[in-house]
Amino acid sequence: MANLTQIPLVRWLMRNPIWGFVLIVFIFFSFAADNFFSGQNVMNILVQTSTIGLIALGMTLVMINGNIDLSVGATLALAAAFAVDVQSWAMFATWGNWQILPAVCIALLVGILMGAINGFIVWKTGVDAFIVTLGAMLGIRGLVFVYTGEQSFYAMNFAYSDFSFLTIGPFPVLAVIFAVAVIAVHLLLSRTVHGRNTYAVGGNREAAVNAGIRVGPHMMVNFMLIGFLAALSGVLLSTQMGAATPNLGRDYELWVITAVVLGGTKLTGGKGDIIGTLGGVLAIGILRNGMNLMQVPAFYVLVILGSILIAVLFLDKRFNRPADGGLRL
Amino acid sequence: MSDAREPALRLKGIVKTFPGVRALDGVDFEVMPGEVHALLGENGAGKSTLMKVLAGMYQPNEGQIIIGGKPVQMTNPIEAKSQGVVLIHQELSLVPEMSAAENIYLGELPRKSFGRVDWKTLEERSNAILKRLKCRFRAEATVAQLSIANQQMVEIARALTVDARVVVFDEPTASLTDAEKVVLFDIINDLKSQGVGIVYISHRMDEIFTLSDRITVLRDGAYRGTLTTAETNEDEVTRLMIGRSLDLSRNEAAPNFGETMLEVRGLTCAGLFEDVSFTVRTGEIVGFYGLVGAGRTEIAETLFGLRTPTSGEIWVDGQKVEITSPRDAIALGVSLVPENRKEQGLVLQMNCRDNMTLPQVQDLTAGPFVAKGSEIAIFDQYRDKLAIKTPSWRQPTAVLSGGNQQKIVIGKWLSMQPRVLIVDEPTRGIDVGSKSEIHNLLRELAGQGYAVIVISSEMPEVLRVSDRIVAMYHGKIMREFTIDDVTEDSLVQAISGIAAAEPA
Repeated sequence: MANLTQIPLVRWLMRNPIWGFVLIVFIFFSFAADNFFSGQNVMNILVQTSTIGLIALGMTLVMINGNIDLSVGATLALAAAFAVDVQSWAMFATWGNWQILPAVCIALLVGILMGAINGFIVWKTGVDAFIVTLGAMLGIRGLVFVYTGEQSFYAMNFAYSDFSFLTIGPFPVLAVIFAVAVIAVHLLLSRTVHGRNTYAVGGNREAAVNAGIRVGPHMMVNFMLIGFLAALSGVLLSTQMGAATPNLGRDYELWVITAVVLGGTKLTGGKGDIIGTLGGVLAIGILRNGMNLMQVPAFYVLVILGSILIAVLFLDKRFNRPADGGLRL
Repeated sequence: MSDAREPALRLKGIVKTFPGVRALDGVDFEVMPGEVHALLGENGAGKSTLMKVLAGMYQPNEGQIIIGGKPVQMTNPIEAKSQGVVLIHQELSLVPEMSAAENIYLGELPRKSFGRVDWKTLEERSNAILKRLKCRFRAEATVAQLSIANQQMVEIARALTVDARVVVFDEPTASLTDAEKVVLFDIINDLKSQGVGIVYISHRMDEIFTLSDRITVLRDGAYRGTLTTAETNEDEVTRLMIGRSLDLSRNEAAPNFGETMLEVRGLTCAGLFEDVSFTVRTGEIVGFYGLVGAGRTEIAETLFGLRTPTSGEIWVDGQKVEITSPRDAIALGVSLVPENRKEQGLVLQMNCRDNMTLPQVQDLTAGPFVAKGSEIAIFDQYRDKLAIKTPSWRQPTAVLSGGNQQKIVIGKWLSMQPRVLIVDEPTRGIDVGSKSEIHNLLRELAGQGYAVIVISSEMPEVLRVSDRIVAMYHGKIMREFTIDDVTEDSLVQAISGIAAAEPA
């Protein structure tokens, strides 16, 4: 054991136990499931995880900042509804395929707006983000039903519903978008002033205020980013389905939070990174994909994921957080 | 004291270390049944740590706890309580949303079958205890609705639920009015006559001399001696507390005071401090000395824009200024090294470099990204200047020793090139060696022309670093001393409010 911990990879895995788990399930399914170990399937996994993955990137920012956003599933549905509906507005009837552009822009703006409202309320009222976004989750879902009249919208423009089948070279376009977002958010978090201050505010709000950091604007920016990413995810999901249903994105907030927490981000803020979140997202994606290929009923996936969530956090505590000053609970 | 009797409690050679600090270094202590034994020492001398060891909240690294002649090991407060050792906390440790009765019996609520709480017994017993304490509120009252003094009474009531052998009072009068104090002293004498050993921790000499039978003094975590109260006087006790080797060796380079950098006129913050006026020149250290709660920290927070004053003026470098946020203060060159470095100064999970550049990271950019090179340059510069011991800038600040953490916070503000540096309790919880390093550092900074305010509750510290000393009591400046005309006696009098009786 003593020698083992000298190996850089082992030490890295101890700090990021989720990647150890990703490695194990990947190897396991490569042997256990036919058709799992192929370039095509890896691409499938990336496409399947991109929806939750995009939101998880935003959730990482918000959670490191010391907040949480439960309204992402509802925001996703609202954005998807706009993206599909705006295309069919009469004013864009003559625009041909260009009608997609204003539709997507409006959908993304709606997402940013929802995030801005969340962030602004958290900033100005000081009400806990959990409560604010819980309210937003209910409220925005209500708006979706009002807007859609409980009906699904179907995309009439085939360029839109074919978008998800496009590839760039060998890579599906959805996987590419996800990869670009991963890199962008990773750079934002690890290299920019905003990223640095996001950690500081979540890690010790008082110290951040004492250092002259304006806490509110940083929180608001992060809520706008997650709103944007949730909307983007909604748009991409609606291209895959060719439709927007009012129940789109139900429970997504829970999947997203699971992925982010699996990736080592602390619920209390101040700690986490995009590399971990990517591991968390992939762990869920691989598990769902692999068990699907093995034709395991979906319910078992839930049982296994729940167990893994607890196991990974337990390992993290064992390796990375020595007991707090002898205080036993 | 008849030595034939067995002590109710005996501590032998207790050692307790925390990472980087030796909080207790072989402390001996004993209490006889029916004795009030006062425990004295400056802030940070180890009194509270010793009591937490006694109450089972901390495990000693070495040493023995002997209760009623038997060595015992206590691993939690309930166990300590069952041995008859009860600690009444200095900071209230009550659950505010629960009733007084539930708090009194917290962790050991009387039960009926199937683990149901026996509310009737609970309330009967609690009310009986409160009656004994002459409290005028009912045990059903929610603690959050009680006054601080009554909350303290609830805390004391907890001690009376068991047949206590030893009751520890940790600064019990800090929040009590004079009338309530009388009640408390009655209770203590009552317990004493029942043969309970009392450990009484306090800063207030008058209380200690009225109440106690013996006095034990701690300094810097070590046992300094036990005196019989009837045979000693305040002088002797003070000398033991502060230590003969009162280190007054100052950096005697002739002070070089420049212009007035900070001037405060009639600054008032309702309920916290009033009519505070003072000046600080460049190259000068002004020490603010007083008891905890005298309003010194609040003045610092006001100067740093964390509180809004109700009236008064602040002048920086000859300009009248409004400071409404830390950003304003930083822009004006006012920096605050806060009292509590872990809660207010550092982001513990972050590494050393990031903590040090926190207030100025927005100015250290190259394109859209943070310029790591210039950050590391700043870190290296202040690591060398302040002799910060850390293997690399990647080290999270959580794992550094207290002294090095404090240096990171000081370095953070020095790198902002402040004009006024306010340092609140710079050496709290820092071991002796690092203490004198930080003192020397502060003197050097003054020598380099910074205007420095040092807030401290430790007399040797203010005496060592300050050029002038402002003594505060209850939110008011009582007196101002220069380092040449100050004496320990006059300083102690000023901060206890005694000087108020004399014409200023």
